Amino acid sequence: MSKQTLIVIGNGMVGHHFLEQFSQSPAAETYRVIVFGEEKQLAYDRVHLSEYFTGSTHADLAMGTADWYADQGIDLRLNEPVTAIDRNSRVLTTPKGEYTYDQLVLATGSYPFVPPIKGNDQDGCFVYRTLDDLDAIQASAQSAKTGVVVGGGLLGLEAANALKSLGLQAHVVEFAPRLMPVQLDDQGGALLRQKIEDLGVQVHTEKATTAIVPGSDARLRMNFADDSHLETDLIVFSAGIRPQDTLARACGLEVGERGGIVVNNQCTTSDPNIHAIGECALWNNRIFGLVAPGYTMARTLSAALNKDTGAAFTGADMSTKLKLLGVDVGSIGDAHGQTPGARNIRFHDEQAGHYRRMVVSQDGKTLLGAILVGDNGPYDTLLQYALNGIELPANPEALILPESEGGAPALGADALPDTASICSCHNVTKGDISGAIDAGCTDLGGVKAETRASTGCGGCAALLKKVVDSELEKRGVEVCTDLCEHFPYTRQELFHLVKVNGIRTFRGLLKQYGKGQGCDICKPTVGSILATCWNEHILATDHVPLQDTNDTFMANMQKNGTYSIVPRIPGGEITPEKLIVLGEVAREYDLYTKITGGQRVDLFGATLSELPEIWEKLIAAGFETGHAYGKSLRTVKSCVGSTWCRYGVQDSVGMAITLENRYKGLRAPHKVKMAVSGCTRECAEAQSKDFGVIATEKGWNLYVCGNGGMRPRHADLFATDLSDEELIRTIDRVVMFYVRTADRLQRTSVWMENLEGGLEYLKQVVLEDSLGIGEELEQHMADLVDTYQCEWRTAVEDSEKRKRFREFVNAPEQKDPVQRWTSERGQRRPELEAVSS
Amino acid sequence: MKARTCWEAVCTVDDLVADSGIAVWTDDGPVAVFYLPHRLPALFAISHTDPFSGSNVLARGITGDINGEPVVASPLYKQHFNLRSGQCLEDESVQVKVYPVLLDGNRIRLEVQVAQAASVAA
Ligand SMILES: Cc1cc2nc3c(=O)[nH]c(=O)nc-3n(C[C@H](O)[C@H](O)[C@H](O)COP(=O)(O)OP(=O)(O)OC[C@H]3O[C@@H](n4cnc5c(N)ncnc54)[C@H](O)[C@@H]3O)c2cc1C
Ligand code: SF4
Ligand code: FES
Repeated sequence: MSKQTLIVIGNGMVGHHFLEQFSQSPAAETYRVIVFGEEKQLAYDRVHLSEYFTGSTHADLAMGTADWYADQGIDLRLNEPVTAIDRNSRVLTTPKGEYTYDQLVLATGSYPFVPPIKGNDQDGCFVYRTLDDLDAIQASAQSAKTGVVVGGGLLGLEAANALKSLGLQAHVVEFAPRLMPVQLDDQGGALLRQKIEDLGVQVHTEKATTAIVPGSDARLRMNFADDSHLETDLIVFSAGIRPQDTLARACGLEVGERGGIVVNNQCTTSDPNIHAIGECALWNNRIFGLVAPGYTMARTLSAALNKDTGAAFTGADMSTKLKLLGVDVGSIGDAHGQTPGARNIRFHDEQAGHYRRMVVSQDGKTLLGAILVGDNGPYDTLLQYALNGIELPANPEALILPESEGGAPALGADALPDTASICSCHNVTKGDISGAIDAGCTDLGGVKAETRASTGCGGCAALLKKVVDSELEKRGVEVCTDLCEHFPYTRQELFHLVKVNGIRTFRGLLKQYGKGQGCDICKPTVGSILATCWNEHILATDHVPLQDTNDTFMANMQKNGTYSIVPRIPGGEITPEKLIVLGEVAREYDLYTKITGGQRVDLFGATLSELPEIWEKLIAAGFETGHAYGKSLRTVKSCVGSTWCRYGVQDSVGMAITLENRYKGLRAPHKVKMAVSGCTRECAEAQSKDFGVIATEKGWNLYVCGNGGMRPRHADLFATDLSDEELIRTIDRVVMFYVRTADRLQRTSVWMENLEGGLEYLKQVVLEDSLGIGEELEQHMADLVDTYQCEWRTAVEDSEKRKRFREFVNAPEQKDPVQRWTSERGQRRPELEAVSS
Repeated sequence: MKARTCWEAVCTVDDLVADSGIAVWTDDGPVAVFYLPHRLPALFAISHTDPFSGSNVLARGITGDINGEPVVASPLYKQHFNLRSGQCLEDESVQVKVYPVLLDGNRIRLEVQVAQAASVAA
């Protein structure tokens, strides 16, 4: 059977999601797929478009990769707009040629509406929709002082924030009497206005612009209908969007009165071979200007093309929750109370700046809508009441009152029906989550990976955690967070107990808070906590029995009982003299020598009793321990940077050495890796590290919580254009917060994913100091830096400690008979022997 | 015929490390001696050889108790061995040799079989 051709027009968010769904489905086998995109970039996350101004690149925002498209056999044609559709012959035209289709999907999105004002097309006038738009705004902003956004809706306020972040004095000009007229009422709009003006953005409401003319103090002057005017250097129009239906109109498909390609419940247009999804589609006379409904349409269409007769798009919830310029705003369902008989309950705390409005049905039993400004705390609970039609309590006002005034606690996850939608981005219901748990997921991270819940906008993170916890508990998987049978506490709780009570020994902690004698789980954990809290030598008498053999003997045990040695080589920079010493020592002790991925040298095959001798020689040559054995900072990898590389913009080696020397020796819940690249070409692969630093023209961008290994994870952009001091301060805080709050053996990535609120929360704690512990974290780090000691130096200088390194205490000359050697490629290696068991 | 045994002195109290192990060489090969000061008796001795890797490493494992029984965890693959019986907790079919141990003044003595002494491979 020859394959049919499916063509998708538009490579935006929804078009991409459709391909993700469709290419995984059985029908993919029977189609050849071609995609046309007008933009030159591969589909990217438009929802987070503004992050482009704060350091994210197209690669960060991209939704997929060219490789993925190639792997799926999809023919991706970017920068090639479709200009006409001939429905009779089923042929498309682009500037490059003609293409025949069997099935056609329109995913052309929408375009920004620019009000018909005289002079709206001159230099300095922009819209806010694509990466190209943002490039143009950024270029223009460099020589500008002020910027105006026309439109005080959701996107307008986001654009105003962006202008502010570009260093402009930002203004918002709104035609209606209040901000966000669609989502908010007068009171909510007024409060939002006040908060935004407090942040230095000037708001002008009830202003109808009549003309844009050249200005006298600035580039442009806007004249308003009330004869007032405003001078500005640039203008961004954000006055709403219009469905991109030009092609559909031209080929005679049915379109709505006010635009939009008419589709039925299967997302098919008036032509059975043509379908439309996303913002260009008009369903039931409605356009959906959010990404989640678009995704639902994409899934529906994919199912319909797989002959799933039950697939149907049945509308979508348009509730929104956002942070605009740092101000919480939420709007749910019928926010304006337009349902006949609807009644309102309002709560307004002018002091705290909180406004909350509930719209309830006439009988007071169901929640129809809500508005929140200033604090989105009750949002999740309210949304669940509204979406699932859960009957309201007898005193519904309790839902929006602060708890001190008789407010009700948030809705328990138990009260939600299985059909309750938890994550709207990925259409995950409570039932899906309990399904994933039944199928074997045992924690939040697992559920996230399995269902993709909370991996879109992230708005559902807190609710998801609640549901997962409650579902686990229900199954009697007692969410047992006890460390082991000896301590009924988590690592974080133990850390707190040690710190607060000034406990300095394992015995002390065991006596006060534990039972039994301890084990190989709690001992190293407590050892690491004690090391972080008090930074005493790990071979101090009390600490010896707590450590893993690797920590005890400060080397890595290999399978035949010998050890490997990794001296620290900060930033991977080493003098020829030191390199020669490494070679000489390795030759003398016949050590197998290998370069590590972290830019150091690993020497294998030392026996226990050789370790102190070898270290004496290394220390004499100026080496320090590399902590390759510890749950602590390993290396800070670096590229050669601006000193040598023609592309480098900062001294990456210098920074790597500074970081490595600062954090060396710090004991953590798991190993920590860092890297520094001298420019965005990223030769040091910093984004695969727990802490990745990439040089910019203005300073450093910091990425956090990445890792390689079994489950690789790209680090997330955390802060941009930091100075040297800011960079170190920020890393200090994140590192210490990790050390204090992570679970045993939890890498930074898993730790962050399990933090309630995830990356955003971490940013608040570290960058905005929302918990007020910033200084304490820095001070703690500074103390650790001050008390650093090279453990090997201390050990070789102390004869008592050296006693530990006797292989057989009663027979110094005795060689371990099972350590047998052979040679390979010119070096010694253990003889491989079948082990009898 | 019953194998001949003797109480071999292997080290002194000063060699011991509290809550941890040391290795000694005996006529019967390498043995791990543990000193757990919070238990009675406080001394334990088992073979130093980890049966899963064949390497001599057990004295370098972390000690503790599981359900009240004294154990050491192999530093290589982390199986636990009961210090009193030598039983591996993760694999019923695996056991390591246990040696009777006593404190004689300042000396630690182990009861080892003399007859097998010569069989250690060169
Ligand atoms: C700044 C900003 C913030 C936003 N914030 C949120 C938010 O917080 N939450 C939310 O839910 N939504 C948000 N949105 C809306 C969200 O981005 C859209 O709902 C979503 O992108 C719609 O996806 P789409 O695929 O339908 O359209 P688009 O992503 O616009 O994709 C359509 C693509 O089709 C291409 N195209 C058009 N015509 C042709 C042609 N003839 N030939 C070839 N290609 C063509 C276009 O170039 C475009 O790339 C935001 C949007 C913006 C701009
Ligand atoms: S990351 Fe940049 S500065 Fe560093 S080596 Fe690569 S190109 Fe050069
Ligand atoms: S609702 Fe957006 S990620 Fe779940």
